[in-house]
Amino acid sequence: MASERSRKADRIRQVMATEGDSVERNTRGFNEGRYESVDRLDDYDAYKDRARAIKEDAIERLPELIEQVRATVEDNGGTVYVADDAADANRYVRELARERNAETVVKSKSMTTEEIELNDALTAEGCAVWETDLGEFVLQVADEAPSHLVAPAIHQSREEIAALFNEYFDPDTELETAEELTAFAREYLGERIEDADIGVTGANFVTADTGTMALVTSEGNARKTVAVPNTHVAVAGVEKIVPTFEDLQPFVELIARSGTGQDITAYVSLFSPPVSTPPVDFDDDGPIADDSAERDFHLVLLDNGRMDMREDDQLRETLYCIRCSACANSCANFRSVGGHGFGGETYSGGIATGWEAGVHGRESTDDFNDLCTGCSRCVEQCPVKIDIPWINTVVRDRRNRGAEDGRFDFLVEGLTPDEEPAGMDLQKRFFGNFATLAKLGSATAPVSNLAADLLPSRLLMEQVLGVDRRRNLPTFERETFVEWFRNRDVPRPVGADYHAVVYPDLYTNYIRTDRGKAAVRTLEALGVAVEVPDVAASGRAPLSQGMIATAQEHAERVTADLEPYLEAGYDVVAIEPSDLAMVRGGYERLLDAERYEALAERSYEVFEYVYGLLENGADPAALTHAENADGGSDVAYHSHCQQRTLGLESYTTAVLERLGYDVSTSDVECCGMAGSFGYKREYYELSMDVGDRLREQFETPAAADRTVVASGTSCLEQLDGLLARHPRHPLSLIAPNGSE
Amino acid sequence: METQLETFETNLRSVRTAVTQTSPAAFRDALADVIDEPAIGAPLPFEAITLEGTDVVLEPTPEQLREAACGVTAATLGVAEYGTVVLESTPAGAELAGLFPDRHVIVVRERDLVDDMATAFERLGERFRNGDGDAVLATGPSATADMGELVYGVHGPQETHAVIVEDAEE
Repeated sequence: MASERSRKADRIRQVMATEGDSVERNTRGFNEGRYESVDRLDDYDAYKDRARAIKEDAIERLPELIEQVRATVEDNGGTVYVADDAADANRYVRELARERNAETVVKSKSMTTEEIELNDALTAEGCAVWETDLGEFVLQVADEAPSHLVAPAIHQSREEIAALFNEYFDPDTELETAEELTAFAREYLGERIEDADIGVTGANFVTADTGTMALVTSEGNARKTVAVPNTHVAVAGVEKIVPTFEDLQPFVELIARSGTGQDITAYVSLFSPPVSTPPVDFDDDGPIADDSAERDFHLVLLDNGRMDMREDDQLRETLYCIRCSACANSCANFRSVGGHGFGGETYSGGIATGWEAGVHGRESTDDFNDLCTGCSRCVEQCPVKIDIPWINTVVRDRRNRGAEDGRFDFLVEGLTPDEEPAGMDLQKRFFGNFATLAKLGSATAPVSNLAADLLPSRLLMEQVLGVDRRRNLPTFERETFVEWFRNRDVPRPVGADYHAVVYPDLYTNYIRTDRGKAAVRTLEALGVAVEVPDVAASGRAPLSQGMIATAQEHAERVTADLEPYLEAGYDVVAIEPSDLAMVRGGYERLLDAERYEALAERSYEVFEYVYGLLENGADPAALTHAENADGGSDVAYHSHCQQRTLGLESYTTAVLERLGYDVSTSDVECCGMAGSFGYKREYYELSMDVGDRLREQFETPAAADRTVVASGTSCLEQLDGLLARHPRHPLSLIAPNGSE
Repeated sequence: METQLETFETNLRSVRTAVTQTSPAAFRDALADVIDEPAIGAPLPFEAITLEGTDVVLEPTPEQLREAACGVTAATLGVAEYGTVVLESTPAGAELAGLFPDRHVIVVRERDLVDDMATAFERLGERFRNGDGDAVLATGPSATADMGELVYGVHGPQETHAVIVEDAEE
């Protein structure tokens, strides 16, 4: 196990060192571009809803639509072949190449052809295969795999590409600039296109009613690949089919924005092959239009595990994916390692786990599935609203169990959750059972803290559990938050307008009771009658490790513990954003609708609640205002990733500003710590690389003197390690009596 | 309030497409000003204007396709919101003329402009279902960022120029 962790850490370190800078630079551009571009869309959310509905319907009716496509394309004059798997598809295309005596095949970019490794099959048949998309061409020359769904060579810098081309092609004048490299490729590939016997493309979408292929490109190579040779093969996964031509419209407006941040790509080809453009025979002297050469079109629709994915309730959503790469560009971890780190055999980024598990088998997710931390920043960016973190959690659970894909639909069938399997990774089991650990650690504090921090303990923890020795461990407090509240000598208020339970999450209860105390004092100062009962841990920790059954147990206990309070009209106020995200999001998957809604509807993030109270007339006089703050009134605020996805960042900012603080906010997707992730030996360096972006933002001249506040436990831990200043929880700024 | 034509022109320019406005009567002169020779093209599907008798070669050979500096073709729709033009694929080779040469001159009529993509798809939907099913939504010149920076003129044109023909006087 320890050597496996070392191997992973080494691999990640290697990729970060050689490719990290280039990947980060490119994905940052795509990420920022997407935010700007979708902002220009009127009602972006409505577009996503429509796109989602179309895909849901299409996948639901897929068998019928496949037959409709077959009929329509054959009516247009083409041929349709539905291939069971990669071997089947390759065999078909090889036979076609053989029949045509094809010597040269040119391709436009198609991840599906990468999935089936078509190029190898054609080369084995004796064809020269040329990638005409420039990024793919670079990879072909370098003999490398793509590192990104849309921009496959972003791990290479211009200098690296120039060196590669100069070495491989040995041109008369050395190539240096981007223009020179592009001009060279254009000419080189242009010649091959002219010679080509067969053109191979993918398809972004295929319409069932008109037999139309939509290709979203910028270079013009796909247009040439289709127009010049007289034989065209399109390879597309069955999930590419949409019912009608008009269904294309929302996707046409979303895909470029979601991918690289352009409003639309240079070319969206919509063609219903065989196309009416005459093919070009460059050996011919006569006018092109006179050439009576007939066109031949073959559509290879690929199954390769997709129909099984469709039957799998948890993996089905993956099929809605339009391969835009938004989930890669918005992923803090992906930005550091790219697709060679955060990817499988073919696919990369957040959705890669779903794809790889579905088409290549669960084992191909082993190396990278854990790179998804569940930070949820990708969820709002997905144009078809796929719950990407959930799919990654489900596959993680299946990996823990060694289960057959799709056979353990226990969540839906109500199978009694049993213990996590005996062979499960010890590190995951350790972090997943953090609730037990915290309880024990608190009960035996301060001895537990002293013992844990001894060097031999740290070395053992690193060796056996993979807890990186460079991380500061949390310190357990002897008196828990719940105990403190119970032991208070404060009379319960009578006739209060509001009643709230302050949820004792694991960190607030056992480790940072100060913020729990600050929450209680703040709410009481605003006229709320507060309770802090003993409530089970939320299940966030086991869910992150893929321990769905355990998480479900926790969800049931939490609901049972809080039920009497909800019935008595209490609100539930959560301090830790990841626990609130659990209740508002995760619980929907783990509980029946009624119980989930009863709890989720009454649950609030603490500043969301304070904001509500102030808006409804509560008097902030008793709270600490900026002018009386001991750290000055300038604040740099980092909102927790899941908190931002829930749309809750603005409440903290608004309340702080109302109390006179000047607030600047961070602009990163995630701090990098993500619960247990940053503690793990194999991911420590990646976590710090991600955190570095946040550190930079908080060390600019404008931010360097500000008090740093963060809402999340993980963020506070990470910032504490990254900065010289100690970060604080925003509650500590506003609570009465300056409680710390 | 911008007119639809003004919006179209603004967005064309923002995607690096130069703009010339002309009338059917002045079309030939306007065209002569914007093409580079040797120029190839495909017949325009319009009544009031034609490429016949201009310097644009209408039935190019493969050699002429390769050597052309400029291609002139029609767009059957213009989408104002994006600065997008809808190009046809015809048996006369319009797709090729607008793809191979470095400069693409696109002739579009003011009456064929629509506001947004939804309207464009409504119009195209009817045509596609009637068997007329080849179009390219083209926005600006061909481009790539794969070589480390944004470069225009990859496998397709490097320059695009729209010639917008006003509605004829009734």
